[in-house]
Amino acid sequence: MLTTAVSKIRFRDPQVEMAHGAGGKASRRLIDGLFAPILFGSTPAPLGDAAHVNINGACVALTTDSFVVRPLRFPGGSIGELAVNGTVNDLAVSGARAQALVVSYVLEAGLATEILEAEVRAMAAAAKAAGVVIAGGDTKVVEHGKADQMYITTSGIGHLIPGLSISPAAVRCGDKILLSGPIGDHGITILLARGELDLEADLRSDTRSVLPLVEALANAVGAAVHWMRDPTRGGVATSLNELAHDCGLGILLSEERVPIRDEVRGACELLGLDALHIANEGQFLAVVAAEQAEAALAALHAMPGGREAAVIGEVSEQPAGSVLVTTLYGGSRIVDMLVGDPLPRIC
Amino acid sequence: MRYVDEFREPQLITRTADEIRRLADPQRHYRFMEVCGGHTHSIYRFGLKDLLPSNIELVHGPGCPVCVLPMGRIDDGLSIAEQPDVIFAAFGDMMRVPGTRGSPLEHKARGMDVRIVYSPSDALKLARHNPTKHVLFFAIGFETTAPSTALTLMRAKAEGIRNFSVFCNHVTIIPAIRAILDSPDMRIDAFIGPGHVSTVIGCRPYGWIANNEGKPIVVAGFEPLDILQSIVMLLRQMNDDEKKVENQYKRVVPWEGNRGALKAMAEVFELRPYFEWRGLGFISQSALRIKEAYSEWDAECRFSVPGVRVTDPKAAQCGEVLKGVLKPVQCKLFGKECTPEHPVGALMVSSEGSCAAYYSYEHRKAAQLTQLTGAAC
Amino acid sequence: MCLAIPGKIIELLAEDRDLAVVDILGVRRRVDLGLLLDDPPTTGDWVLIHVGFAMSKISEMDALDQLRMLTDIGETQAALEEVQGYGSS
Repeated sequence: MLTTAVSKIRFRDPQVEMAHGAGGKASRRLIDGLFAPILFGSTPAPLGDAAHVNINGACVALTTDSFVVRPLRFPGGSIGELAVNGTVNDLAVSGARAQALVVSYVLEAGLATEILEAEVRAMAAAAKAAGVVIAGGDTKVVEHGKADQMYITTSGIGHLIPGLSISPAAVRCGDKILLSGPIGDHGITILLARGELDLEADLRSDTRSVLPLVEALANAVGAAVHWMRDPTRGGVATSLNELAHDCGLGILLSEERVPIRDEVRGACELLGLDALHIANEGQFLAVVAAEQAEAALAALHAMPGGREAAVIGEVSEQPAGSVLVTTLYGGSRIVDMLVGDPLPRIC
Repeated sequence: MRYVDEFREPQLITRTADEIRRLADPQRHYRFMEVCGGHTHSIYRFGLKDLLPSNIELVHGPGCPVCVLPMGRIDDGLSIAEQPDVIFAAFGDMMRVPGTRGSPLEHKARGMDVRIVYSPSDALKLARHNPTKHVLFFAIGFETTAPSTALTLMRAKAEGIRNFSVFCNHVTIIPAIRAILDSPDMRIDAFIGPGHVSTVIGCRPYGWIANNEGKPIVVAGFEPLDILQSIVMLLRQMNDDEKKVENQYKRVVPWEGNRGALKAMAEVFELRPYFEWRGLGFISQSALRIKEAYSEWDAECRFSVPGVRVTDPKAAQCGEVLKGVLKPVQCKLFGKECTPEHPVGALMVSSEGSCAAYYSYEHRKAAQLTQLTGAAC
Repeated sequence: MCLAIPGKIIELLAEDRDLAVVDILGVRRRVDLGLLLDDPPTTGDWVLIHVGFAMSKISEMDALDQLRMLTDIGETQAALEEVQGYGSS
């Protein structure tokens, strides 16, 4: 019988706050300080986007994710698409091709059927586009006033993509950091769609399955891919800080090489936000051995939706555990993990 | 011309940085204070300190309206919002600032109706769309922001919108600069002047700094080239032993200021006899309150406000950091009890507070980077 | 104190002469022109925006002047060094 010793609980906050779900430092504290010691025992490996589990000799990848978004529908997609693509992407960046999803709905009493139907159709379409089967699910209904109309949880299972073997331990100094496309589209689209800031722009969420791009990368350079992550809540800065922390090395980012649309830049300048902290739902980061970086980039550029991929930085000895952003003129700044939710500022 | 990228042009930045190195006298140590928190933020965000020679020291000033707000005022605003059917509306900057019983966001988690607004006019819009509620707008900012609050109050009065009031914490910049110059520990050589405040008050109000106090001051914009060019201008003044007010930010700052904005402020606001500034103590004639003609929209008249003074924890050295006497890293709580995640003082919360800027952008760079920048060339 | 950003006026609103639609890199927002009534800006003008209000008109001439001055710094210096170079032998 397996027993896992429960490690010391290091989470000291007296209550759960919104920040604990924002994907940044507070989220890490909750996971590392409460969930991990109780659930994963005293020597957990660095937590990735999916778990790789051995079932009678077959290695499968397993993941789960919950989707909570307001408004439910926004330019470029809806909660249904996020729910499918998000889980497919978590599996993809862990090096696995999603085979099947199961879905769990928590619905608010009073939700109009046509809204529910629209989301279920969106999920079906997204699953078809992603090449994944929705194999089953569960539904619960809660009282009016709870669940913000609906919460969706998807869990996914998949088999490992041959040729890929990724982990923070595989990352080396000199490795290049690739980004699949422009940052911030999703987070800014949502912010604008809420309507509270009275801003308009031609922006859409970037929600999509990144599996085709990941497979193209695997086919082209295979074992040269050392690490991947999808920069969702908390943005590119948070994902790369997690990497720096997990591998104990430093990350150097060249600001001018990070692809970003004008409108995202405009909204960030106006509101005083850092685009590196804004959520993405259709992008991924890959750390690739330097000598294969060009081939990796070419493979992405050749794919539909991969045209804007770029090499945005590299791994270095220093500053160990941190991410440093440099400018063309020689200035630099440390960029930290997100603290709380990104808030607009006037000062 | 988009007026942003042109002032971030890398070649021009490099050239201006070279000029700074050429002008800086190696025998001197220059201490320039940037008054405005927005400049502090720009300096860190663009990594401008990396471009300056080691004998130019930038000292962060108290021009951060969130940082200088005493905790008691936050408590007062939140206590009004605790009443039923009140919506607390404020800029994003305020949302994580700790009051005695938590920040506005923490109050929101406990059920208070808290909304982030980008503009005071958005707060007035909330009032129009929520006739059964009262919208309390927690106003902060120096003279850059006060005219917008003033105009919003004028509109509220003109439209007869009664379910709206302003809790006014606007402060003025000149007394803050005076407090710096009057401080016995003060060793500032020259000032990088607040560019956006100056779009309202113009450049004349700084005359006494140059003429009476003998310190050069250059009113500066916020892009990298603006700040670097201002440093060039300060160095030239100091090398020529000149002391005058100069306007680097000509494309936006009129020497005489904005008459319309000043008129709106005069219509709605008057100076409080005194106001407490966090870290700087009570300063006379340094803050604005709403005139009697608009008292119906003055939250301090509509509601009773506890007005309790809350002193900062003894160990927190916010005051000395605000005055530029201490660097953030020299405060005993910095990075330990006081971090952006659990801030003790407002300088760690506000995105332009020098402690937050230093913590997020700088302190882990440290000595490790000397090898790095060597290799990068 | 003080995040303010340049934007271009793309439309003056008919229903309220004090309001305009401003474009910032493709992001649009209604901005109040009420602080600039002494010399109101018009469509095509660039203004500095802070908390949803236009604070000042941006002068293209002054901006170009400034950039020219900055460009000159490096060139003047290069020219000086060249001249000094001639004199040193």
